[in-house]
Amino acid sequence: MQELQLQKANQQLLLKLSAVAVLMFGFGFALVPLYNLFCDITGLNGKTGQVSVTEARNTTIDMSRSITVRFVTTSQSELPWEFKPLADKITVHPGELGKVNFSIKNMADHAITAQAIPSLAPTKVSKYFNKTECFCFSQQTLQAGEEIIAPVHFIIDPAAPKDISQVILSYTFFKSTKG
Amino acid sequence: MSTATAHDTAHDHHGPPAGLSRWLFTTNHKDIGTLYLWFSFTMLLIGGAMAMVIRAELFQPGMQIVDPNFFNQMTTLHGLIMVFGAIMPAFVGLANWLIPMMIGAPDMALPRMNNWSFWILPFAGTLLLSTLFMEGGGPNFGWTFYAPLSTTYGPESTDFFIFAVHLLGMSSIMGAINIIATILNMRAPGMTLMKMPLFVWTWLITAFLLIAAMPVLAGAVTMMLADRHFGTSFFNAAGGGDPILFQHVFWFFGHPEVYIMILPAFGIISQIVPTFSRKKLFGYSSMVYATASIAFLSFIVWAHHMYTVGMPVAGELFFMYATILISVPTGVKVFNWVATMWRGALTFEVPMLWALAFIFLFTLGGFSGLMLGVTPADTQYHDTYFVVAHFHYVLVAGALFSIIAAVYYWLPKWTGHMYDQTLAKIHFWWSVISVNILFFPMHFLGLAGMPRRIPDYAIQFAEFNQLASIGGFAFGLSQLLFLYILIKTIRGGEKATDKVWEKPEGLEWTVASPAPYHTFATPPQVK
Amino acid sequence: MRNLSVNKHLLLALLGLGNVVYAGSVFAEYKYNMTQGVTPISGEIYDLHMMVFWIVTAIGIGVFSVMIYSIINHRKSKGVKPAEFHESTEVEVLWTIIPFVILIFIAFPATKTLLALEDSSDADVTIKVTGYQWKWHYEYLDDDAKGLSFFSNLDAESNEARQLGANQDLSQVDHYLLNVDNPIVLPTNKKVRFLVTSNDVIHSWWVPALGVKQDAIPGYINDTWTYLKKPGVYRGQCTELCGKDHGFMPIVVLAKPENEYKEWLAQKQAEKKAAEEEAKGVWSLEKLMTKGEQVYNTSCAGCHQANGKGLPGMFPAIAGSKIALGPIADHINTVMNGKSGTAMQAFGAQLSDADLAAVITYERNAFGNNTGDAVQPSDIKSAR
Repeated sequence: MQELQLQKANQQLLLKLSAVAVLMFGFGFALVPLYNLFCDITGLNGKTGQVSVTEARNTTIDMSRSITVRFVTTSQSELPWEFKPLADKITVHPGELGKVNFSIKNMADHAITAQAIPSLAPTKVSKYFNKTECFCFSQQTLQAGEEIIAPVHFIIDPAAPKDISQVILSYTFFKSTKG
Repeated sequence: MSTATAHDTAHDHHGPPAGLSRWLFTTNHKDIGTLYLWFSFTMLLIGGAMAMVIRAELFQPGMQIVDPNFFNQMTTLHGLIMVFGAIMPAFVGLANWLIPMMIGAPDMALPRMNNWSFWILPFAGTLLLSTLFMEGGGPNFGWTFYAPLSTTYGPESTDFFIFAVHLLGMSSIMGAINIIATILNMRAPGMTLMKMPLFVWTWLITAFLLIAAMPVLAGAVTMMLADRHFGTSFFNAAGGGDPILFQHVFWFFGHPEVYIMILPAFGIISQIVPTFSRKKLFGYSSMVYATASIAFLSFIVWAHHMYTVGMPVAGELFFMYATILISVPTGVKVFNWVATMWRGALTFEVPMLWALAFIFLFTLGGFSGLMLGVTPADTQYHDTYFVVAHFHYVLVAGALFSIIAAVYYWLPKWTGHMYDQTLAKIHFWWSVISVNILFFPMHFLGLAGMPRRIPDYAIQFAEFNQLASIGGFAFGLSQLLFLYILIKTIRGGEKATDKVWEKPEGLEWTVASPAPYHTFATPPQVK
Repeated sequence: MRNLSVNKHLLLALLGLGNVVYAGSVFAEYKYNMTQGVTPISGEIYDLHMMVFWIVTAIGIGVFSVMIYSIINHRKSKGVKPAEFHESTEVEVLWTIIPFVILIFIAFPATKTLLALEDSSDADVTIKVTGYQWKWHYEYLDDDAKGLSFFSNLDAESNEARQLGANQDLSQVDHYLLNVDNPIVLPTNKKVRFLVTSNDVIHSWWVPALGVKQDAIPGYINDTWTYLKKPGVYRGQCTELCGKDHGFMPIVVLAKPENEYKEWLAQKQAEKKAAEEEAKGVWSLEKLMTKGEQVYNTSCAGCHQANGKGLPGMFPAIAGSKIALGPIADHINTVMNGKSGTAMQAFGAQLSDADLAAVITYERNAFGNNTGDAVQPSDIKSAR
């Protein structure tokens, strides 16, 4: 009798603990959205915000200070694309809509799809840096030899820390794994 | 506990079956414990042989023996095999042998699963080692297998590595579940939680860490597999994934893993020191609480492995404060051991020697750990030989020394024979001196600027590398002496008494030596 | 019982302690200790390191002394009776609180240094640092250095000496494994900001004397900074395992006073112009082969090996390869645009017309390939 009871208790504990293990396996995957959420909130890893154009228009401009935004581009060496900003840097007031164009050219003799990954430095700027338009929101496909001019519109929140005077906005083009 | 001797002899009426099938189909906790320990020792020698290759290549500057790619495979497999093949299975083996006897249980709670969780290991180990012979070579991306080096840029054999990690993880999780069920359900009447020996306590907490951490590792390698073959982009920037995410997931497992390898060691030392001090363990309950708080803290410090990835300052500060905080409960443990010895009546038998070496050398490893926890200073220490020195002090002079101490402490109980103590003392002095010659110079190398995981180095690092290599060869050789001592003891020797030592505490000393095949079929009454 | 002699125990006890003292007594030398470096940050890091070191040394001396005292005096062989005590709330609370207070003492300066370390604002010079398997690329982003960018490889002498079985006298090699072909040049007394990223796997850019270590992560731009106080040559290495030749991508920083730095910039730009001019002419096969061998050894030999035989199962051979013996246009295309799904990079953006022409010519004529083809820089220009 006692033996049976013990066996049952052991089986139940086995089930419960296995459930915990399965749950933790799931938690491993849940770390992915949790991490992204965490990044959105803290601006870690340069994930910048996206705001609508109307929202951007309604922001008051802080004329008392200005911030220089420098553009840095990289295209991975396995990707034969020429990728550069048409202006190296621009200076904007917080709350003012900044506009810059990038030229992207496919040097290869065949069509290639790629995705641009944005990154911002210093990281503490990220949550105050919002884009209204960016080619980095989606994958780009360029035909052989095709060149496009891609705009980026952004706005820096006037609430951004006062000690920020220089911002680096970087894009890296990665050859897309899909397609 | 002198009354308990009556229980054991009555129940050894059916002994083990003979031959190979005894080991293949066994559900006996002592047999399985033995299997685990031998498996772990085999892996220690294989992983050690790889370390010898590494130290031989690093003996002098210039490339003499292996090419850089093979060197990377050696460092990777050395790390994986020592962590998952040597240290962890050794602790599980000790748990199998000792926990049922310490809590007065007849066997583990789930004996058949116990068999299974062991027999997965040889297959996983063989699978992992077989990658060395595959085209393109074995895993060469370090035991931390950071993406994208291990995903987009990994060799073909990475899939086998992933499968092996899955198997090792399953084995550990099953072992952990079994240990928890045994401790929670199988204690003899009167054996309340706060009466349990500390080895049992530390293992209970370790088992919970395993169940929480190992599945996250399984998740990480599953995501890797999906990235490699199913077109997902968890860690691949090209598809919108994030290589830093990999590090967060890995270290969320990896830091608790570090404590999985050291908490049972704390338990072992807490068993040995009181015996040879002839005094009760100082601060039993604070030991339990300290272990629990270390376990808790281990889940919120993972990013201290990532100070240089470019985290926001707030994150770095949080992880720095949490990390250095761990030194408080760890310090409590060391102070308690010292207080246990204080005004005791000390003798220095072999297990005590190893335990003392553990306390000295683990504390040194703890000091360098505190230094590493300080974020700005870690800018200079990170990924250098200073880190290599630190974790070898805690894992070799810490975890491995505690395992050897445990073997010398309980071996007479297991085999019924006292080992050759002169040889064992030679083994001790040989090991403790060589391990310091091996790892201490690495502190200097790291501070002077030598990065880790490099197959060749600049001339100014030559002397200390040579010294470390000499220590390494000596340390490796000393473990062969250990093997000889073990075999000699199993085959015969002076008959050990039931208590073995003068005044040991615990139920395991109330049964005969060697411990009968079945113990405590009728539970003992604990006062 | 089974006692050892006193001497042995002392030895054991002193072994741990002696190590600590040894580390302290020789701390002044760079060989044994962390460098103080040449920047304000590296100095602060050094001070922090030494402070924590002395704190743990003091704790170590305290704890180990008690232990050693106990080992010597509380031995059974001396006929002592073991005491009965096994807990004391006061003592236990005390040794929880004291370490905690010590930690707060450490946390203050550590926090201050960390905040300074992370403040890369208002830089005078900005340089983009990109990690490649297995070399560094530097790009000067400021207006007065516009367009200046170059790769920095392990120098040829070290590269030759580090081959398996090369068996050279390494003391004769200039700064073995710590020397590069093109060092990064920085002005002194200026705030220099580094934007660190990677082209492939994760690398880490570390120069101890600068107190700078920053991971280079694909897709991320990590910023860090330095302020060099005195001119000199400072050497460092990649510290994140990045594959086969992780140990062979050093960093050399050349710090110059501002006027010399400006001169260097002007000289670099003049060189670049001259090279462009030269590329316009027609090159002899011999000239192409000489230049090509250089380029091959720095850019290709890491994978395809100096003998052109590759590494079976990992990197294909150039000797007898279909591409090197096939149509020239395909060969140019492979080298310039890479081969997707493999480790073969697109060198089009990395190398100049002349370098590409030379290395392709070299690959088509070396290792017994003997096609006799001479690829001209103008061929590359038209292929772009």
